[in-house]
Amino acid sequence: MAAPSDNFDEMFDASGNTRPAYTGYCDWYDHQETSWMRQKSADCDDSFRRTGITFNVYGEDEAEERLIPFDMVPRIIGAGEWRRLTRGIEQRVRALNSFLYDLYHRQEIIRAGRVPERLFRQNEAWLPHMVGFTPPGGIYTHIVGIDLVRTGPDEWFVLEDNARTPSGVSYMLENRETMMSMFPDLFSQVPVETVSNYPRRLARSLAASAPPAFKESGRAKPTVAVLTPGIYNSAYFEHAFLADQMGAELVEGSDLRVVNGLVQMRTTSGFKPLDVLYRRVDDEFLDPLTFNPDSMLGVPGIMDVYRAGGITIANAPGTGICDDKAIYSFMPEIVEFYTGEKPLLPNVETWRCADPDSLAYVLDHLEELVVKEVHGSGGYGMLIGPTASKKEINEFRAKLKGNPENYIAQPTLSLSTCPIFTKEGLAPRHVDLRPFVLVSPSGVDITPGGLTRVALKGGSLVVNSSQGGGTKDTWVLKD
Amino acid sequence: MLGRTANGLFWMFRYLERAENTARLLDAGLRMSLTRGTDYAEEEWASVISTIGQKANYEAKHDSYDGMTAWNFVLREKSNPTNVREMFEAVRTNARLARTTISSDVWEAVNESWMRLDELLSRPVGRGAIGDVVGTIRRAGMRVHGALDGSMLRSEAFHFARAGTFAERAESTARILDMKYYLLLPSLSYVGSSLDSGQWDQVLRSVAGAQSYSWLNAGQIDARGIVEFLVLDDRFPRSLAFCRTALRDNLAALARLHGQEGSSNELMRAADMHISDITVDQILEQGLHEFLTDFMARNAAIALAIAEDYRFQS
Repeated sequence: MAAPSDNFDEMFDASGNTRPAYTGYCDWYDHQETSWMRQKSADCDDSFRRTGITFNVYGEDEAEERLIPFDMVPRIIGAGEWRRLTRGIEQRVRALNSFLYDLYHRQEIIRAGRVPERLFRQNEAWLPHMVGFTPPGGIYTHIVGIDLVRTGPDEWFVLEDNARTPSGVSYMLENRETMMSMFPDLFSQVPVETVSNYPRRLARSLAASAPPAFKESGRAKPTVAVLTPGIYNSAYFEHAFLADQMGAELVEGSDLRVVNGLVQMRTTSGFKPLDVLYRRVDDEFLDPLTFNPDSMLGVPGIMDVYRAGGITIANAPGTGICDDKAIYSFMPEIVEFYTGEKPLLPNVETWRCADPDSLAYVLDHLEELVVKEVHGSGGYGMLIGPTASKKEINEFRAKLKGNPENYIAQPTLSLSTCPIFTKEGLAPRHVDLRPFVLVSPSGVDITPGGLTRVALKGGSLVVNSSQGGGTKDTWVLKD
Repeated sequence: MLGRTANGLFWMFRYLERAENTARLLDAGLRMSLTRGTDYAEEEWASVISTIGQKANYEAKHDSYDGMTAWNFVLREKSNPTNVREMFEAVRTNARLARTTISSDVWEAVNESWMRLDELLSRPVGRGAIGDVVGTIRRAGMRVHGALDGSMLRSEAFHFARAGTFAERAESTARILDMKYYLLLPSLSYVGSSLDSGQWDQVLRSVAGAQSYSWLNAGQIDARGIVEFLVLDDRFPRSLAFCRTALRDNLAALARLHGQEGSSNELMRAADMHISDITVDQILEQGLHEFLTDFMARNAAIALAIAEDYRFQS
């Protein structure tokens, strides 16, 4: 079980010694029979299949529901390390929220010349309807997923901010459930922070963001619902799971209607008002009267109710602009502008192709860079220079020249690895980490853990589940 | 609870019941075709196909009624819009729709049964496999009902599930009896004369009542007895009287939870009277077919009223 030489392995150091966070696990692992572990690996798959944790893949006729592969070796983060990470995450999330408020109000950051105006003027995620309006409690980003990558003992970077509708939290929860039912003795040997209260924390956080109309209504408890596009959506399992765990209603657009100035849902005993809507439907489908008129997924008139303080929409419409990779490239400036501090978590070095000098550099170094579309997500529409063919690079070069503002480029990072269980035993694979952050008027709440995505092919850097990546349970150790 | 979710629960349990009843029908047909000659078997499979209301679709595709063709048609053929595979798919789809109102035990029972059935029905079912398939479908029903009974809060969701079950079961028993009533007819004119015991057995098997009936009637085989058992005996959980009472109780529970009665409760009361004050002789006198036709019409009207009362659709 030697460590790979060219990148940071989180379990073993260069001379093959177990790193401190993993000693408890490795002690346990060394006492297990390999054949028993193989059996457990198959049991894990069965367990996921039984619970029905699947995601739908667009454009595949057969097997329309797929299982995300699960690896049973946990990804482990020490208590001190986690504390440092959370400070950086909290700082970043607060800055994101202040940035959104500013962008939809006085735009001080643009007046100060720290970010260019074109950044949002040409951005489809920018919503003029939100200008001058303050969402309940001033919160835009109720739920955020910050994607982190690691390259060394203390080298963590933010790879992406997911403020639109971050998904994957159900995997964080189910991965832990599966691990606890498969290896109960392991958890009695290694003290791990719990993640299972995330749905309660989410419910509390959403309830704390109730709109003014609720506060005037005299009702005891705000009604919270999860808005899903329906059972054919790729993340439907997660929508149902979260609603179930929170004790919230799971609604579709067709269940909702504006009645007496409030958004109400059609229950078995008539229409009932809704206070907080955790929507998993994109902005443009939210309200056919305001946005896409053909949308069947939203609620006609909900934006008017929202602006009148009748409902809280989480995340706030117009928040998705933070997922833009051109905005991302300005995050160091954004963090500093609103917090007055240096960013605790750095960005990955990023070249903005809109800038002619950067473009020239990127075009010269395509073989060694990762180039991404500024609005892209899920690992689609990107070029990974080192693994791309000559032909792919040339095709991409043409696209890039044709529309440079649409791209940013980053160095190919030597991502950290964490072993997965294979037929031949442990083998290192590249990982990233998405912790989940809740923001409400009562504060920022980060669940100790997150979703670790892992590339299942040796050497591969692509961890996206839509492209064959898997997941791991993520442990934060107790002090 | 959302009206749409209540609709999902109601139909989830209707489809589950329908799949189970269809499996029993196949089981009974299978038994008949094994114990009788080829001619008779053909007649038997034709009757099974008629009972599920797919005669036209079947005959558009197949020339004869041999067993393997018939059961594959019932179980998995796409030209049969009510094939069991799709029924079970509908059970699961509705369970996903109503996922936030059913317990994990119920969901896992549905999901695991669906996985197993989907695999069994992904290829033609041969003679060696038919028994396993029918058994799997029946066990699926029992497992989901067991999970429902043992793990669900007695809230609206439970009662919508139960209402779906009994509305469907009442319909199914009535339909099977109606398909077979002509078999009972000749003997009815000779009260007390015994029936062809194989036919008798087949009708009872289709509604899982052979065992119960023989306990109660110790070898006595007569048409009047069977009609009384399947229609009026409220100890038998698939009789019309039992299903009516169960449906009524669940609708009453829903009305209590909602603090008001709806048109479904009203229709239910009228239907209840229709069956509780009648004797088997009166039924036979007015005509069994007429009685059953009226029963099924009332049952359908109650189902529509439930959807209306509880806002299943916008």
